[in-house]
Amino acid sequence: MRPLILSLLLLAAPAFGQTATGDLGLVIERATGSLVLIDRSDRAAVGRIEGLGDLSHATMTYSPDERFAYVFGRDGGLTKVDLLTQTIAARTVQAGNSIGGAISDDGRLVAVSNYEPGGVKVFDADTLALVADIPAAGKTIGLVDVPGRRFAWAVWDTGEVFLSDFSSPDPVVTMIGNAGKNPFDAVLTDDAHTFLVGLFGEKGVTAFDLWTPDTPPQKFLTDYGKTGEDMPVYKMPHLQSWAFTEGQYALPAVGRHEILWVDRISQTQTATTPVHGQPVFIIAQPASPYVWVNFATPLNDVVQVVDSRSHEVVATLTPGKAILHMEFAPRGAEVWISSRDDNKVLIYDTKTREKVGEIAAESPSGIFFTARAHQTGL
Amino acid sequence: MRSLLALCLAAMPAVAEVPPDRARALEHMVLQDCGSCHGLTMKGGLGRPLTPDALAHAEPGGLALIILDGIPGTAMPPWRPLLTEDEALWIASYLKSKD
Repeated sequence: MRPLILSLLLLAAPAFGQTATGDLGLVIERATGSLVLIDRSDRAAVGRIEGLGDLSHATMTYSPDERFAYVFGRDGGLTKVDLLTQTIAARTVQAGNSIGGAISDDGRLVAVSNYEPGGVKVFDADTLALVADIPAAGKTIGLVDVPGRRFAWAVWDTGEVFLSDFSSPDPVVTMIGNAGKNPFDAVLTDDAHTFLVGLFGEKGVTAFDLWTPDTPPQKFLTDYGKTGEDMPVYKMPHLQSWAFTEGQYALPAVGRHEILWVDRISQTQTATTPVHGQPVFIIAQPASPYVWVNFATPLNDVVQVVDSRSHEVVATLTPGKAILHMEFAPRGAEVWISSRDDNKVLIYDTKTREKVGEIAAESPSGIFFTARAHQTGL
Repeated sequence: MRSLLALCLAAMPAVAEVPPDRARALEHMVLQDCGSCHGLTMKGGLGRPLTPDALAHAEPGGLALIILDGIPGTAMPPWRPLLTEDEALWIASYLKSKD
């Protein structure tokens, strides 16, 4: 049996048995429901996987062995992709409309955040069999994995924040407080201490202490931009890669052309950086003082680099049209940038900030390197 | 709401004239930028579904007004800074007739 399976796999993908996945990644082609498999070391596209449905606003996470990707599609599709064979290993359309997901710290459970019907569904990572169905009173957002086989999320319509514990056979779901009006996304700090929930319906960010969940939530940044008129928000900021650097949070000001800097301990605002547009992603360049920022339409052809010590913009790049996402090499040497309307992924050296390569992709959005498998909260 | 609809029906022409180049750009914008919230297939997301079925009973003029001025208290922003009234009306008709 074993030789038969092996030889079959060898037919399907000649490189099987020789390919390591540690420097691979996937790029979402949002309009065509496909993924481009990329090799970071070779700066090359090495394959394409098709048939994943509506991938607008798609995201993914990886199995601990970096072999499988779990792709969360807009149309409620959850697809398990095998990077070695470049095929779909399993797929389930588990809701009408979903927004993201996470994998448990032990790699055994995959949770999906759904808009329609609102709630969270949890699946066996091997088989994609349903393990738990947790309904919500609205659209769930900001789903993250928390150490100890747990997940946390918030509800857009009600502001409620939940922590679920799957460490025992009977999962326990606890409402740990209310973040405020219309939370739009949330993020877990790198030490898994604080679950930060960004608000759209009112000013502010609410912090939940997950080390001591009995602590009442703390709301901060409740009056930023008080002196000026807010602008229309043409794209919701994303918080999943919120930058934590130099003892600070670097946060997007909703409806304003600003990055807000908040002291991590005191949760007070320490500085404001005027930037090119409304920030969408603010991502820390690993092992450096810099954060990179992209912007909402129609100002989305620019990327800026900000120094977290001086809070000054130190570089303004124009990599291409409709810059949707940036993904750093795990040690920070390169950043891969998707240019949706140029149908390219652009590769920049972070030291020279010069372009060192590019690959073709159809309307690329999210870029995900396999190193994410080992990051809590992604 | 009804009187608002009547108002904008009176204020807007029934058919919007948009040059072909601009129409292509608007189509791209609907797919990619509206699609961010409403889904690439317009079946909804943070925003409501915008399929022809979902919009069957909506008047193009009323839809154009929502596109231009947004819906206060929700995540739907006003697109007036980026679109003319003709362009908003073109988008409304396009959404209603899209396959």
